[in-house]
Amino acid sequence: MGRFIILVLVLAAIWLLLSGYFDKPLLLVFGTVSVLVSAWFAHRAGVLDSESIPGGIFPGVFGYMIWLSGEIGKANIEVARHALAVEPKLSPKLFLVPNPAETTVGQVVLANSITLTPGTVSVDLREDGILVHGLTEELSDVEAITDMGKRVAKIERRR
Amino acid sequence: MEHLDLIRDIASWVLFLVGGAMVVIGAVGLVRFPDFFTRLHAAGVTDTAGAELIIIGMMLQSPSWLQVAKLGFIGVFLLLTSPVATHALAHAAWMTGFKPMQGTDLRYDGDGK
Repeated sequence: MGRFIILVLVLAAIWLLLSGYFDKPLLLVFGTVSVLVSAWFAHRAGVLDSESIPGGIFPGVFGYMIWLSGEIGKANIEVARHALAVEPKLSPKLFLVPNPAETTVGQVVLANSITLTPGTVSVDLREDGILVHGLTEELSDVEAITDMGKRVAKIERRR
Repeated sequence: MEHLDLIRDIASWVLFLVGGAMVVIGAVGLVRFPDFFTRLHAAGVTDTAGAELIIIGMMLQSPSWLQVAKLGFIGVFLLLTSPVATHALAHAAWMTGFKPMQGTDLRYDGDGK
């Protein structure tokens, strides 16, 4: 029931912000009905679980996103330099990083963060870790990604 | 007030120019990098820095907070979906047995498929 209410509130907020109708009663009623029907469908389809409503990662994920933005910025400059270099010195390699995230949502957050950072792409999720493809030796920084994994594990536990 | 507008215009100009440059750099890298996996990294520059900087620049130019919110939605959804697409491509290539180039001499392992 808690997840149902959260979904209704989130859908209502998205509906209001995307439509911008704050003072038209008829349209607000239609909006309310459509939000409730969508939430009921989600409930009926049985998709209201900890994966579709990842309450566990809030509010820690906001701080994490700010930290991640800085990392993405640094990596972008690095990859852009390689793309523009007269003779690009690439040394691509595959390597395994540990995956400390326990929940599915945490693993998705970690794998997506690795992919989002230019210079590293998560290729495969395995039992023993995440297989990552790095663009150069310097960008394939196992320690930095291990640190990222620790941060993800921290925010998924704070529930 | 005029000063504020000027500062806002300059800030969004800088963001547009840097964002646009990042999109072009991503495209240049896409052409110049040697194999499939390295090209994915170049596309990542366009996905993240390029798109997000241009969206932030647009946010500064929006006439109302509602449009800032909508642009914010676009930015967040881009950040959530583009790595999924990149991972889907990389994973599909990996699962079908396509091996990446490795090392400074950029050679393929095995049969060099």
